[in-house]
Amino acid sequence: MFANSRLERVLRSGRFAVTAELNAPDSANPEDVYRNALVLAEVCDAINATDGSGANCHMSSLGCCALLVRAGYEPVYQISCRDRNRIAIQGDLLGAAALGVKNVLCLTGDDVTAGDQPGAKRVFDLDSLQLLHTATIMRDHGVFLSGRKLTTPPQLFLGAAANPFVPPFAWRPERMAKKIAAGASFIQTQYCFDVPRLRTFMQRAVDMGLHEKAFILVGVGPLRSDKAAEFMRTKVPGVHIPDAVVARLAGVAPKQKAEEGKRICIEIIQQVREMAGVAGVHIMAYRQEETVAEIVHRAGLFPRHAVGAHREGHVNQHAVHHASGNGAQPAHHAGQYGSASPGMASQGELQ
Amino acid sequence: MTINLPEARRWPGSEWIKNHPAALERIYAVSVKAFTRVYPAMKKIAPQSSERVMVFVEAVGKGYVWNCQMCGQCILHSTGMTCPMNCPKNLRNGPCGGVRANGHCEVIPERMCVWVQAWERSQAMAVYGHKIVTLQPPVNRALKNTSSWINMVEGTDQITPPGWAAASPTGNEGLEHR
Repeated sequence: MFANSRLERVLRSGRFAVTAELNAPDSANPEDVYRNALVLAEVCDAINATDGSGANCHMSSLGCCALLVRAGYEPVYQISCRDRNRIAIQGDLLGAAALGVKNVLCLTGDDVTAGDQPGAKRVFDLDSLQLLHTATIMRDHGVFLSGRKLTTPPQLFLGAAANPFVPPFAWRPERMAKKIAAGASFIQTQYCFDVPRLRTFMQRAVDMGLHEKAFILVGVGPLRSDKAAEFMRTKVPGVHIPDAVVARLAGVAPKQKAEEGKRICIEIIQQVREMAGVAGVHIMAYRQEETVAEIVHRAGLFPRHAVGAHREGHVNQHAVHHASGNGAQPAHHAGQYGSASPGMASQGELQ
Repeated sequence: MTINLPEARRWPGSEWIKNHPAALERIYAVSVKAFTRVYPAMKKIAPQSSERVMVFVEAVGKGYVWNCQMCGQCILHSTGMTCPMNCPKNLRNGPCGGVRANGHCEVIPERMCVWVQAWERSQAMAVYGHKIVTLQPPVNRALKNTSSWINMVEGTDQITPPGWAAASPTGNEGLEHR
C-alpha cells in the first residue's frame, strides 16, 4: 500500500475497478467541476482529471484534483510532460500530495499541434518513463532528482498509460513492462475498440506476468455517431477504431446512433471483463459524462461497493474470495493495508 | 499548419545508411576504441580546438546521417542506431501512444515514427540491440551543442541527477527490467 488510495484499495481487493475521465471545464467556476464529477462519482472508484487533453487549454488537472478532493472524491491526477519541466513537475507532485491527491497518472501528452494553440512551446523535458521514475524516487527515496532531501515524501499510487492499438505492436507489451519497472502500479490504456488486438496484447502481458506487477485498466468509451468515430480516429492522436465499428454506427438510424455507441461500449466492457489480467475499465466519455452511469449500470458493474476507510478490513478479505477471475493478487504489493486518514469519507457518505 | 520542425529533416541517402544498423554498430564499437585512445593526445595538444573540431565533425557527420540535434549525450547504439532526439517529443524511452496506424509520427505525418524504426533496427543489432529496453535517464540539457564523443570519454554524459543515480541499482547505467 503506497498511498492509502481508495483506487488502490479497490484494485487490491480484486474487485473489477471502474475509473472515469472528467473533462476539465473551460471555466474558473468550481461548480462546473462539481457538476461533471457528480454524475461520475457515484458509479466509479476514481475520477481522472485530464491535463490539457488533446493539447487544448482547460482548467489545470491540479486545480480539478484539488476541487475533487475538497468534495471528497478520489481523483487521479494526470500529468503530461508536454507543458512543464522537471522543476515544475516535482513541485506539483508535492503540492498535489499535500492537497490530498493519492493517484497520479504519468503521461507523455499529446503534441501541441493537436490542440488549439499549435504555436506553443513543447517542453517534453522528461518523458513519461523518466517522470514515473522521478515520482518513484521522490516517494520511495524521499529525495528530489537533484538528491536534495524531502522532509515528507509524497505518498502516491503511480500509474501510466499504454496504447496496445498502435504500432510498434510487438513492442507495446515490452514498453508497458518498462513503465512498470520504472514504477507504475496501475495502467490505463487508450480507448479500446478492437478487442482482438487487446487480447493479443493482454496474452503477451500475462505471459510476461505484468498483470501480477500492476493493475491493468482498459480504456473504453461511447461513440456518439459514425461521424464522431471518424473524427476521433483521424483527429485524435492514438485512437484506433476499426472500420467495422464505424460501419455498425453508420448502419443505424440517426436517432439510434448514440444508443448503438453505448451498446458497443457495453459489449466491449463485457468482453474485456472476461479477459485474463484485466483489473478494470477506464471510461472516457468526452463531453457526455452523463452516459457513464448508464453504461456502468447496463454493463453490470453497479453497485460500486464503497471500499471505504472504516470498512476496509472485512471488505478486503471477502472481496478477495469473490474476485471474478481477474488474476492473482500482485505479489510485490502484498502488505498491510495502511490505516485510513481520518478525513476520508466513504463513497456512500458523499452522496 | 505545416510542420517544419528541425526533427523532420532528412538528408538524401541517410535513411539507406541507417537501414544498415548491424554495420553501424560495428563501426561504432571500433570508433569508440579508436577515439578513446586518440583523445588524450588531442586533449594534451589542443584542448579547446579538439572540442571545437569534434563539435564540427559531429554536427556535419552525425548531422548528415542522423539529423543530429547535438544533445551532447549520444545513445544511438542503445536506440537501434536511430536518433531519439528526432522524435518531436524528444522521447528517450520508446514511442508515445500517438503513433499512426501506418507507423508514422503523430506530429510529422509524412515521417516514420523514429521509435518504430528504432525498434525494427535494434532487432538486427547483435551487440547493442538489447539496450533498447534500458531506462534512459533525463537529458542533461546543459550538454546541448557540446561534443558527445568527448563527453563519453570524459564520462560527462554518464552523470545522472544525484537522486536518479541513488535510486538506480545499476547506478549510472540506468535500469533494465530484465
